[in-house]
Amino acid sequence: MSNDKVEIRALIVAHGDLAAGLLSAVERISGRGSVLEAVSNQGMSPEDMETLLRDRIERGGLRAVFTDLPGGSWTIAARRAMRGRDDVTIVTGVNLAALLEFVMRDDLQPTIAAAGSVVRARSAITVFGGGSAHAS
Amino acid sequence: MPLDLCRIDDRLIHGQVVVGWGQPMGLGFIVLVDDEVAGSDWERELYRMGVPPDMDVIFETVDGAAARIEEFAADTRRGILLTGDCESMKRLSSLAPSLTKVNLGGIHHRAGRIQKLRYVFLAPDEERTLKELAARGVTVTAQDVPSARPVPLPDVLAGKGD
Repeated sequence: MSNDKVEIRALIVAHGDLAAGLLSAVERISGRGSVLEAVSNQGMSPEDMETLLRDRIERGGLRAVFTDLPGGSWTIAARRAMRGRDDVTIVTGVNLAALLEFVMRDDLQPTIAAAGSVVRARSAITVFGGGSAHAS
Repeated sequence: MPLDLCRIDDRLIHGQVVVGWGQPMGLGFIVLVDDEVAGSDWERELYRMGVPPDMDVIFETVDGAAARIEEFAADTRRGILLTGDCESMKRLSSLAPSLTKVNLGGIHHRAGRIQKLRYVFLAPDEERTLKELAARGVTVTAQDVPSARPVPLPDVLAGKGD
């Protein structure tokens, strides 16, 4: 991998080691993991999470955030950090398909690419086999 | 039935509460006790967002929750009561003596706090508050998720529990 500094286009913020795992998978599949940064909430207070995100938005120019649970502590912190702004996109329920779509669309602004990744994320969730009748 | 869990958690409603505790116990309602949240439409919407539609969320101030504590206890659904800090739980307990068990679910790092467990950091005044709760006969244990072992307050304060 090149040592050239690459702009971080989005943060993945999630519980446990999920963000790091997703980032690892994105890198393996696309080689474009360097435009993402993974952060865990382990040991962080709600204030820590909000401060980190606010700092990255206001001073680092961050414009896209992927979180895991819609009602999780990261989502709440992200919504607080972006309160009153319409130039930041939060995508909840992050999955690998969303992140791959996001990193491949480097022709788009991060806010647009993140919002657009939701379609791919939703379509990636399917059920095959015996339980499929119970999936709707 | 009394409230199933009275929990101090600085993240209030989040994954551990809704999924970790809520799903296995068939949670019907959450009482979120926080003076600031109760007074803000925006805050209430923020916390309601993460809760499944079949789960009720009741927002109350400490005084309001104390006045309704018997109503919550009489609810046939299973319920969790949350405060975001030790002092609010102590105030509630003093106004509602029927509250006899308190769960420390998550009090995270902040300047002035000392780590006690992986998910419990306490400042000296918070330690005092918890000791006062215990001295009044309230059973205080730390337990982040149902599968974890409840850690008694003396062990929490001694940093013995993880």
